[in-house]
Amino acid sequence: MTRASRRHPDGAALATSALAGDRQATARLLTLVENGHSQGHIALAALYPRAGQAHVIGFTGSTGAGKSTLVSEVARELRSRGERVAIVAVDPTSPYSGGALLGDRLRMHDLVNDPGIFIRSMASRGHPGGMARATRDVITVLDALGVPVILVETVGAGQAQVEVARVAHTVVLVEAPGMGDDVQALKAGLMEIADIVVVNKADRPEARQTLQAIRSARLRGRFTEHERLGNAHPAADSITPGWLVPILETSALQHTGVADLVDAARAHREYLVSTTLWESLRADQAKADVEDWLDQKLRALAHERLGEARLMQQRPWCRTSSPS
Amino acid sequence: MTEIIRVLIAKPGLDGHDRGAKVVARALRDAGMEVIYTGLRQTPAMVAEAALQEDVDVVGLSILSGAHMALVPRIMEELQQRGLADLPVFLGGIIPRDDVAALQALGVSAVFGPGTESQTIISYIQNAVRGDPA
Ligand SMILES: Nc1nc2c(ncn2[C@@H]2O[C@H](COP(=O)(O)OP(=O)(O)OP(=O)(O)O)[C@@H](O)[C@H]2O)c(=O)[nH]1
Ligand SMILES: [Mg+2]
Repeated sequence: MTRASRRHPDGAALATSALAGDRQATARLLTLVENGHSQGHIALAALYPRAGQAHVIGFTGSTGAGKSTLVSEVARELRSRGERVAIVAVDPTSPYSGGALLGDRLRMHDLVNDPGIFIRSMASRGHPGGMARATRDVITVLDALGVPVILVETVGAGQAQVEVARVAHTVVLVEAPGMGDDVQALKAGLMEIADIVVVNKADRPEARQTLQAIRSARLRGRFTEHERLGNAHPAADSITPGWLVPILETSALQHTGVADLVDAARAHREYLVSTTLWESLRADQAKADVEDWLDQKLRALAHERLGEARLMQQRPWCRTSSPS
Repeated sequence: MTEIIRVLIAKPGLDGHDRGAKVVARALRDAGMEVIYTGLRQTPAMVAEAALQEDVDVVGLSILSGAHMALVPRIMEELQQRGLADLPVFLGGIIPRDDVAALQALGVSAVFGPGTESQTIISYIQNAVRGDPA
C-alpha cells in the first residue's frame, strides 16, 4: 500500500482484502473506523452482517492491577486451546494535548510473533460515548473477520468502566492486593459492572486479604443487587441477571489461575447464549450505536442551523456578561 | 472525522535503558500524537509487526547500543516483507556521522542525535506524514 492510497482509502476494497487475510488491510480498516472515516462506514456496512459471533471479554480495573499482563496470559491460554485472539487495549487521551501514550503492548511482547494474535492499541479520545462507539466499531471489524475471541482492556477510571461494559459480553474486573481491607473497586462501586472478579497478583501474600474483603462484600450483598432486581437495575445493560459472579485468583506473573479464568469466561458466554441474553445484548448495542450517532447528528445539525449565538440564547443564564 | 498522527516508538536491540525513548514518546504525546510505546528489547520482527498491527504513520527507533548497522537493515527488511517499505522511519541515538549516509541509503529518513530539540522531531514527523519530501 502506498502513501497515496493511505490518503485515498477504499473501504470496500480494504474489507475484501482483510477478509482474504491481508493483515495490513485489517490494520488500515481499524484506523478508518476508529476515525469515523466515511470509507470506514462503507466497510462496516459490508462487514456487519458477518459479525455477531465473537465473544468479547472486557478487562477493567485500577491502574497497575496487572490487566495487560493478565490479558496477555489469557490470550496465550486461548491460543493453546486453538483459538485465534484479538486484543484491543484502550488508554486515556491526554485532555491537554489530545495525544496519548499507549503502553499496553509493553506487557504483551511474547505474543507478537504469533500470527494467530492481533493486538491493537487505541486512545479514548475523550468524547462522551465516543470510546464505546469507536471500540465497538473496531470490534465489529475483527468479529466480522472471524476472530472468535476479542479481549478489550480499559483502565477502570470514571466513564471508561461503564463503557467497557457496553462493548463487552463478559466484563472481568481485575483487582490487585493493596493495603489491608481497602479494596479499590469496592470503594468505587465498580463491582456492579463485573461478571467475573479476579484478584490478580495472587503470588503476593496480601492477596488473601483482598480476596476475603471481596468475598465478604458479596456476602453483604454489596454487588449482587442485580440478582435481586434483575432488569430493573439501572445498570442492567452492563451486568448479567441471574448470574452468580465468580471470584477468582490469578497470578499473571506465575501463570496460575488463568485456565480457570478462561473457563469462567466460557461459562459466562454459555450462560448468555442459553438465556438469550446474547441476542438482546447485541440488540442493545445496536440501539446504543444508533443513539450515539443520533446525538452526534443532532448536535451538528443544531450548530449548523442555529449557530452558537442562537444556541446560547436558549440558555440565557449561560451567557457570560461581557467585561467592561 | 478525526485524523491523529500515530507513531511507533520502539527500542530494538539489547541495551538496557529507555529514558531517551520515553522522553521522545512523551514529547510527541504532548504534541497531540498517539504514541505506541513497545519498550525494551524488541526484535526486528516485533518492531515491524507492531508497526503493521497499529497502522502507524511513522516509526521511531531508539538505538544506543551501537548495533544500528546490524539492526536497521533487518528492520527495514521485515517492514518490506509486510508491505511497509514506504513507511517513514527515523532513528534516534548515538550514531556516528559516517553511518548516517549508509542508514539513509537503507531508507531511514532522518537521524537525530542526543540533545535534539523535541520540536525538530515533531516537525519532521508532521512533514513526513504529510508526504513532503524529507
Ligand atoms: N507480583 C505480580 N506482579 C504482577 C502480576 N501481574 C502483573 N504484575 C506487575 O504489575 C505491574 C503492572 O502490570 P500491567 O499489566 O501493566 O498492569 P495494567 O493494569 O495493565 O496497568 P495500566 O494499563 O497502566 O492500567 C507490572 O510491573 C507487572 O509486572 C502478578 O500476577 N503478580
Ligand atoms: Mg495495561
